[in-house]
Amino acid sequence: MSKSDAETVLHDLFVRGLDGDAVAYRDFLQKLSAHLRAFLARRLFGWPDEVEDLVQECLLAMHNQRHTYQSDQPLTAWVHAIARYKMIDLLRSKAGREALNDPLDDDVAVFAESATEASDARRDLAGLLESLPDRHRLPIVHVKLQGLSVAETARLTGMSESAVKVGIHRGLKALALKIGKSSS
Amino acid sequence: MKTDELVALLAARAEPVPRHAAARRFAFALAVSLPLSIAVMALEYGVRRDLVQTMFWPMFWIKLLFPACIAVAGFVVVQRLARPGVRVRAAWLGLAVPVLLVWAMGLVTWLMAPVDERSAMVWGQTWRTCVFNIALIALPVFVASLVALKSLAPTQPALAGAAAGAMSAGAGAAVYALHCPELAAPFLAIWYVIGMALPVVAGALIGHRVLRW
Repeated sequence: MSKSDAETVLHDLFVRGLDGDAVAYRDFLQKLSAHLRAFLARRLFGWPDEVEDLVQECLLAMHNQRHTYQSDQPLTAWVHAIARYKMIDLLRSKAGREALNDPLDDDVAVFAESATEASDARRDLAGLLESLPDRHRLPIVHVKLQGLSVAETARLTGMSESAVKVGIHRGLKALALKIGKSSS
Repeated sequence: MKTDELVALLAARAEPVPRHAAARRFAFALAVSLPLSIAVMALEYGVRRDLVQTMFWPMFWIKLLFPACIAVAGFVVVQRLARPGVRVRAAWLGLAVPVLLVWAMGLVTWLMAPVDERSAMVWGQTWRTCVFNIALIALPVFVASLVALKSLAPTQPALAGAAAGAMSAGAGAAVYALHCPELAAPFLAIWYVIGMALPVVAGALIGHRVLRW
């Protein structure tokens, strides 16, 4: 698949996902994670172990910030900017200055390759999820992991439906924050 | 957790996401905070008593529109910087050109004025308070725009904070112009610009710390 094909396919899936199409969104995230994996692996050759953690961190960040994407913008640029931001964060916390001399500016390269072979993430995202307070953790576990509806989760936990929705939203943000703290 | 599981988790029950979040959040921030800035100006300082008269003087409009241009340009720049991968491009000119024009105007007025009137044009009567007043009136917009920025994704936090500062500075100075008694271009070119620079610098410093995500 060439770069511009990938842009078209991913853009289409993502925009449908933003409209609430969960199947397209899942497909998008899956393809995106493969691109991210290849993109990051090439730039983090010094730390192969970090790649999967960073893929997950980028996915979570892109999910949490998906409202900042506008469909008239090239998706490549948006994805690249976030991946680069998260990678620089990691390099900064890891190796200080000299790591920043890597060429990071080739903004078209993010969809150039795709690697579907995931190595194990070292960071235990499930463990971090466990450490969230119940009002965030339970909505995520019931709705996102067990596939219950918001209404069912509300009944099960005694929370209001809007509290469940807010809990998912805030919980994923809190998770992203915890990742930031655990890596620096 | 494996990445596939994370993908499944994030995609489960995906809800529609509203569009144009960045522009809408800054517009909301302005809608909430600008009335506060106006209230600070009206209650603490008071609107010029001769406001209706001054409306016939071109200098009054320059004093009002110069910061208003900065506010509008700041809005455009900050909502671009709040979205990953969006370049600011020509919108920088919207911040730079008004300042350069006012500097040119101030310099020309100063050079053309008789020597003994020059110092009055530079210092006016309120140079001691002007800078601080502008910064204070800008404060509500400053806080609101940083809160909006925090909910978005600036990949250059210091720059985005500075742009939020520029937007609030422009709004604050435009509101202050309704009170301010000065009408000399050199005064505008010096003290208004310094007053507006304060929120910009503060935005950069604060943005660098609080806008990381």
